[in-house]
Amino acid sequence: MALPKKLTAEFDELCTHYPERRAGLIPALHRCQEELGGWITPEIMDDMAGYFDIEPAEVYGVVSFYPMFRLTPPGKHVVKVCHNISCDLRGAREVLKRAKELTGAEVHGTSADGKFTLEVVECQGCCTTAPMIDLDNEYHENLTLEDLERLIGECQ
Amino acid sequence: MSGFEKYLMSRMGAENSHTLEGYKAQGGYATLERVLKDMTPAEVTAVVKDSGLRGRGGAGFPTGLKWTFMPDAQKDPRHRYLAINADESEPGTCKDRVFMDEDPHGLLEGILMACYAMGCEGAYIYVRGEYRHQYDRTAAALSDARAAGLVGKNILGSGFDCEIHMHKGAGAYICGEETGLMESLEGKRGHPRPKPPFPAGFGLWGQPTTVNNVETIFNVPFIVEKGAEWYRSMGSEASPGNILVGISGSVNKPGVYEAPLGMSARTLLESEDFAGGIWKGRQLKAWFTGGSSCGMVPASFIDVNMDHDSVKAIGSMLGTASMIMLDDTQCVVRAMEVVARFYDHESCGQCSQCREGTQWLHQIFRRIEAGRGKPDDIDMLTSIASGMAPGKTICALADAAAIPANQVVKHFRDELEEHVRAGGCSINGTGACAHGTAAKETEVEVQS
Repeated sequence: MALPKKLTAEFDELCTHYPERRAGLIPALHRCQEELGGWITPEIMDDMAGYFDIEPAEVYGVVSFYPMFRLTPPGKHVVKVCHNISCDLRGAREVLKRAKELTGAEVHGTSADGKFTLEVVECQGCCTTAPMIDLDNEYHENLTLEDLERLIGECQ
Repeated sequence: MSGFEKYLMSRMGAENSHTLEGYKAQGGYATLERVLKDMTPAEVTAVVKDSGLRGRGGAGFPTGLKWTFMPDAQKDPRHRYLAINADESEPGTCKDRVFMDEDPHGLLEGILMACYAMGCEGAYIYVRGEYRHQYDRTAAALSDARAAGLVGKNILGSGFDCEIHMHKGAGAYICGEETGLMESLEGKRGHPRPKPPFPAGFGLWGQPTTVNNVETIFNVPFIVEKGAEWYRSMGSEASPGNILVGISGSVNKPGVYEAPLGMSARTLLESEDFAGGIWKGRQLKAWFTGGSSCGMVPASFIDVNMDHDSVKAIGSMLGTASMIMLDDTQCVVRAMEVVARFYDHESCGQCSQCREGTQWLHQIFRRIEAGRGKPDDIDMLTSIASGMAPGKTICALADAAAIPANQVVKHFRDELEEHVRAGGCSINGTGACAHGTAAKETEVEVQS
């Protein structure tokens, strides 16, 4: 599989912002994950290595270092629950417990029907609006268990 | 408690404060125009230096002094860069996002002045990947500023060229460390670099680079507009100016508030103008003074003034001025288990003291919290922490993990010992920590 032309055209522009092209790798990987199925497949890593003229192992090194990049396919919806200190003090464990019940997914797992992937994440910068979840790349802050039920319900 | 001048948040709240039109309507970019016309770069640096502005990213280093570390452009013709650290990820800290959301042009104007002062031809704003909204807001502001001739070649006809670029991170705390940030910006794993060489000599792509925090740079246009004397009239002598204080945890009104440096922590906690006191009619038990890496102090320290030197004098740190409050039904051991887990997760793994030490601290706090602690564990915590810090690793992440461990042993040894003795938390007589269910019941296996 080759990278779609639409993406390589974007990457061509992206790389003009840096004196060395490789600096575009991380923003470009974000775009791959957004556009090409929600995770970074081995094929994408090979293609990116070709595009940036580096070894596939270097791309893997980067992808595996950064928590936002996935090396396995996610479910249809991704629920991330912050479990750091400010959220923990305001009920993040109850949020996580309820999220497990509502999604049928274990932490860092996907529900049997493939609908939900559930994750815990470290501080997302919502400390004064805790607790929070990130659902499909949208923050939901000052979250109540009722909010959580509604949000998950809307995905069903 | 309104007897102080607000400036950081003065433009926020207006419907269009984030737009170029809204910013200009409130006088935005007028100071930049004056700077480019009437001031030399050295004069800009001088006023920032004289103002006493200290970095708002946590270390509190004098900003003007940092700028002077850049090599003389006459003798060193290399490219020069400014990198803006918008990788806000210290637990408890959520203030830089406010600037990017509500007043991104204020940040851009500060960047342009800083680049002018240091002779930087380019700036990169490194935004943590999760801050999508803040990234989009700032990128839109940048695009409008460029279209208006405020960014790019020959800015406002002055002959000064400066390009600003957006850059997206991908969720690693260590990239908030300035050399980790530079590695990440170059498209690599965010492994901090040994110092020296310092960024001013060998930074982005080996070129002279200064890394400044969002809030630090946001202060600059105000200082240049109103002068060093005005700036020094606010805050404390050694820590002038205002700061955004984040107050989170068990309070009535968690939020990000503007306050002069040196305001009493008690006022910030209790006043109705700020956090409005501890929630549910409870009492304060413990608090993190400036983000999780500063560690917890007991309630008895609440009369400290929130400036760098005063917080240091009580054996803690101002950090990012992010106060995290625990009420008297909450468990400090549980809080430390959460914090230690975070540093374990975020260690980049380069230095063995940090890679191994953060993992052991986490495991020990976890077993004490779960009621499986051993009598030797408490001394083991300080022994491990002393092997990690201070200054024993490439960067300060090991220190950030060791400090809260040392602090909790120093201030809350009784509670740790009680957990070991009783085989769990006995605060409520239920064996369960109050903020949630006991860890042993809902223990979550988390991959690091």
